[in-house]
Amino acid sequence: MNSFSLTHVGYLAVAAQWTVLLSLLAFLGGATLGLALALARVSKISFLRKAASAYIQVVQGTPLLVLLFLSYFGISIAGINVPPLLAAALSLTLYTGAFLGEIWRGCIQAVARTQWEAAECLGLNRFSQYFHVVLPQAGRIAVAPTVGFMVQVVKNTSLASVIGFLELSRAGQVVNNSTFQPFTVFCVIALMYFALCYPLSLASRHFERKLNVGRQ
Amino acid sequence: MQYQFDFSFLATTWPRFLHGAWLTIQLATIAIVLGFVLGAVCALARTNGTPAMRRLVGGYVEAIRNTPLLVQIFLVYFGLSSLGFQISAELCAALALTINIGAYSTEILRAGIESVARSQVEAGECLGLSRLQVYWHVVLLPAVERVYPALSSQFVLLMLASSVTSQISAEELTAAANLLQSETFRSFEVYIVVALVYLALSFLFRGAFWAVGRIVFVRRRRLGTSL
Repeated sequence: MNSFSLTHVGYLAVAAQWTVLLSLLAFLGGATLGLALALARVSKISFLRKAASAYIQVVQGTPLLVLLFLSYFGISIAGINVPPLLAAALSLTLYTGAFLGEIWRGCIQAVARTQWEAAECLGLNRFSQYFHVVLPQAGRIAVAPTVGFMVQVVKNTSLASVIGFLELSRAGQVVNNSTFQPFTVFCVIALMYFALCYPLSLASRHFERKLNVGRQ
Repeated sequence: MQYQFDFSFLATTWPRFLHGAWLTIQLATIAIVLGFVLGAVCALARTNGTPAMRRLVGGYVEAIRNTPLLVQIFLVYFGLSSLGFQISAELCAALALTINIGAYSTEILRAGIESVARSQVEAGECLGLSRLQVYWHVVLLPAVERVYPALSSQFVLLMLASSVTSQISAEELTAAANLLQSETFRSFEVYIVVALVYLALSFLFRGAFWAVGRIVFVRRRRLGTSL
């Protein structure tokens, strides 16, 4: 039995890079899907509104773990041998998209009604109303909650370990199995996650304060 | 390629899904009730305690909110057993979930408590209420009422997150599903059914929180106005 050493820390640090990569993939995919969902939720077409709302209801009412199993086994029945990274990125994208969609819908609706009306009075078409008037303002409101939600994304990537993707949590289990020092190993893992997440939390709080100063 | 969906395993195994759902309800309810109490105590300590207490609670909240639930569960489960405690997986699951939701409740309730105007507390003191009465009637209850929507959606998320405890083989819905899929080899179908059961559970919990809100917040029920 070998005891926990710097070699293990190095191994964990490499695994942490996969956590970061998976977080970025999930965030990029989730942001794309989320923007589409948010726009659909405030669309003038009632079918789009209802479809987006139903999607969000379903995904927010299902655990990420089950979504992960569904995408893992779901892709494999199509006859493709799924790399765990792909299944994990897919389910995290679906999950993150639903939450970001709902957050951003709130931000879009937080832009004052009069801004829409002013844009309409200026004769801007729907596209210009969105991209030149409403979305830039909604974006300012969205920064703090979005950065805050990135903390959730990073934490959620830990679940990818259950389908065998070797990221930080999975590496922790591997190291624990060889060293039998669970307390040390998982404290180090927790510290690494903390080091990834805490700066994001602080940044989110900073942006929130900055936005509030502008509004007072 | 053609995939034949086959849900025939449900004919014999549906009671195990229901049993799993019942265990999830129990696990989540225990964690929510205990976590709420923990959160209320911590939130009071955070807003009215000594500087040391405030910093301690602040550290607890930040530590929990910035680490994944999975790691917290592993830490509690493997950590406690390596210290020589023989605790069942279910108890560890309940403990880890309580500690987790306690931190989130603390943060939500703190926001509620800070929204109670200083003059309200002073008015309570002028009326001769004891310190405890002021905390309970003037600070805590209105604070909970104000943040109740945020609190209840966090609780629903916790119920869903309790699926993670299947990783330490605590018996609940997802663990039941893991077992069933290895027996039936219908993985995709099993998890579709489980997803639907979780969806039903989340509607059930939302309905239950709505009902509890109607009963507990008398003013809202009788006057139809929120704070």
